[in-house]
Amino acid sequence: MEFVDNFWFQLVLKLAGILGVVLTGALVVIYAELKIGSHMQTRIGPYYAGGRWGWAQPLADGLKFLQKEDLSPTGSDRTVYGFAPYVVMMATIAVFVVVPFGPDMVGANLDLGAFYLLAISSLSVLGVLMAGWSSANKYSLIGGLRAAAQLIAYELPLVLAVVAVVIQAGTMSLNGIVDAQQQTWFTIGSFNISAPFIIQGQILGFAIFMIAAVAELSRIPFDMPIAESELTMGYLTEYSGIRFTMFFLGEYASMISLSAIAATLYLGGYAVPGVHGNIVNLLGPGVLLTKVAILVFVIIWIRWTWPRLREDQLQTLAWTWLIPLALLNIAIVSIFKVVF
Amino acid sequence: MTTPEMIHRSETAVSIELQTPDMTLNIGPQHPSTHGVLRLVANIDGERVTDVEPVIGYMHRGYEKLSEVRTYAQITALVNRIDWVSGFANEVPFIAGVEKLMGVEVPERAQWIRLILSELARISSHLVFMSSYPLELGATTPLMHSLREREYILELIEEVTGGRFHPNFNRVGGVKPAYGGGSTTKKQSMDLPEGFFQRTADAMDRMDVICDDIDQLVTGNELIKMRTVGVGVIPGSKALEYGLTGPNLRASGVAYDLRKADPYLTYDQVDFDVAWRPEGDCYDRYVVRLEEIRQSARIVRQAIDKIPSGPLQAKVPRVLKAPKGQVYSRAENPKGEFGYFIVSEGGKIPYRLKIRSTSFSNLSILPWILKGQLVPDLVAIMGSLDFVLGDVDR
Amino acid sequence: MSKNVAFPFPGLVKGMWVTLKALFKKAPVTMYPDVQEIPVPRARGVISLDVDACTVCMLCARECPDWCIYIEGHKEEQPPSKPGGKPRVRATLDRFDIDYGLCMYCGICVEVCPFDALFWSPEYEYSETDVINLLHNKERLTEWLATVPEPPALER
Repeated sequence: MEFVDNFWFQLVLKLAGILGVVLTGALVVIYAELKIGSHMQTRIGPYYAGGRWGWAQPLADGLKFLQKEDLSPTGSDRTVYGFAPYVVMMATIAVFVVVPFGPDMVGANLDLGAFYLLAISSLSVLGVLMAGWSSANKYSLIGGLRAAAQLIAYELPLVLAVVAVVIQAGTMSLNGIVDAQQQTWFTIGSFNISAPFIIQGQILGFAIFMIAAVAELSRIPFDMPIAESELTMGYLTEYSGIRFTMFFLGEYASMISLSAIAATLYLGGYAVPGVHGNIVNLLGPGVLLTKVAILVFVIIWIRWTWPRLREDQLQTLAWTWLIPLALLNIAIVSIFKVVF
Repeated sequence: MTTPEMIHRSETAVSIELQTPDMTLNIGPQHPSTHGVLRLVANIDGERVTDVEPVIGYMHRGYEKLSEVRTYAQITALVNRIDWVSGFANEVPFIAGVEKLMGVEVPERAQWIRLILSELARISSHLVFMSSYPLELGATTPLMHSLREREYILELIEEVTGGRFHPNFNRVGGVKPAYGGGSTTKKQSMDLPEGFFQRTADAMDRMDVICDDIDQLVTGNELIKMRTVGVGVIPGSKALEYGLTGPNLRASGVAYDLRKADPYLTYDQVDFDVAWRPEGDCYDRYVVRLEEIRQSARIVRQAIDKIPSGPLQAKVPRVLKAPKGQVYSRAENPKGEFGYFIVSEGGKIPYRLKIRSTSFSNLSILPWILKGQLVPDLVAIMGSLDFVLGDVDR
Repeated sequence: MSKNVAFPFPGLVKGMWVTLKALFKKAPVTMYPDVQEIPVPRARGVISLDVDACTVCMLCARECPDWCIYIEGHKEEQPPSKPGGKPRVRATLDRFDIDYGLCMYCGICVEVCPFDALFWSPEYEYSETDVINLLHNKERLTEWLATVPEPPALER
């Protein structure tokens, strides 16, 4: 079976797998958002496309977008304008490289996995800033600058929250973090109890991570870069056709990726308690995706319930509350790590 | 929490070092939060609005001029299109003015029907506010929940008048008495249809439920409070200076309501409280409107108990001719005081009709209040003033 | 105020409870093309014409606020009712068009008609892809007559 160990074969397999997960996942999340959102508003939502329950609506929308003219406004910086959506999409997909779906089902088990994903996930804001700047539109410009301000405010709590996890797990590899959550936490009689980090005292860290993740996704209540009632559509104002689709897919794909990271870091990832060995490779993706689905549902739920904040209030929240709390979280975790 | 003044001070400190030019931002005429075609030429420094100039007139339909070549009956059909979310309420002051000119006494039942429909129009208008205002702050769900409930109100209005938005139901001397003026076959009385009172009572119960729902979704929501409390404060004196009326004035601590101050129709026979709040910020303007829905439901409940039977219309000549004279008649519309100044030279058509539309007067405060606000607050303040562009431009 | 920032829980959670309840409620939606909503009898949907009742008096066309009714007619000599009498003159309707592209559905024409030739029908499905087809002629207006409902019973 040297054929399986071939580097190129594995690369193609992994690429196909990640692309498959990202794109189908994004379509599923778009459909879920359409359906959940409309039922929360006592509407029905997509109904006819695809025959039953309108399951094909995201596909139909995608096809419609593909047919649209790809406009770029006069005075825009064509090259930058054209590349921006692909930067966003690339950054989103690259995050999936380190997300472990099983002990062996991972794009690359990097030793610095946590570091890598924090670095890569903030890259998408570069695309947003490019889009805002190159659109030659005042609304886009304001939206792009808001996104940049938001990034600076939110990348810090995100990193600090992850630092606490890394301290607790003692490794930066995401597989290692999952394994750490399967280690014996304490023993009752002859039972070895293991628990995900969220139960092992990381609830504060989880809350900070999720708030920062939603802010990074720029979804309600932190969707100021888009804020359709203020900036029409923010940095997306001028985009149409396939480039808009890229942004759109990117947003939903990064919803999945950030939820997957949160599930891995705090909720035990692919691990099934009491099950070891190769079988986890089979069960793992299902377990992880269930956790992702729950987190995605909460994100969608919030989006259809709450209003949005103001940019300065978001900064206040980030700098005066989340960062101190995250630092406190690190301190507590370190103390526990040293003492116990 | 940093106050806007603190931010402003810190920003001023920055802009001394970096002299940044202001940017002119055209908000509108096509913009999601301008309720149609209002255009704001805003001068912004970063996100702060340094100066704003509203440009109106994109929807000028010339109703004042049109009215000079229309008979009184035809004008009734026109005026309910001025503020289209509360069509019926626009007709009442106009018809009352013509009746005052002609000296017609309106039968009791017609007055009660007018009162019920005016209050239904008020509820439907405020439900539109309950849907659009959270939407401007980013909350999308109250939109659907309130519009769903408004549908029940519109159905009631349609059941009686035949039109959901444009009832055209008022006639000089009462309300529309019957279909067809003829003496032959199918003369249909336009009295309230059977079961209307029961359905209205049910709908009013629904209003209480949706008010509680909105309370939970919006009123108690801390994010909404962060966005609206202390934002866009209009002191009572300023509100009076700029001629604000209606909920916008009452939220500034001036409990002035024409239904109490100058009772028309049969408002003196029903028991209700004038909703008012002291602060004058966006949150208060929102809360006043929510409270008014509850009070309107209370008024309608009393009205369907008290409405007497009787004729729908007084005897009026077949060809309406107002005597020479002039009259100003006003009413408390959902958005504030709505008035018509009618000048008659005698004859079938008015010589001049001046419309004192509410939204136009309420909007006049915009340049004053938007100066120095942030762009997101600009949207919040504009939404809280609750204007309709048809009402501004006429 | 910063207290609200720190503990934004009661109001936010209540709101999420409302949307969660709505998620499992049945949506009060009429699936329009499949299921048709029945309008109330008084709904002003479309105007129908009773040609026999019309006497070409032009009152409706004159009172219409936006002049969307076009009427043409001519006088016809009829044989005298009794022999030896004067021949009667009867007005006959040649053209009765309502332009629904202009009509503002105020109902004044129906109201002023002294011979009850015009009625409101609550039908609403007559949208067209070409605006010219919104001009309904005499025959088309007569077709609507069958859809005129009985007036509703009255309260008290």
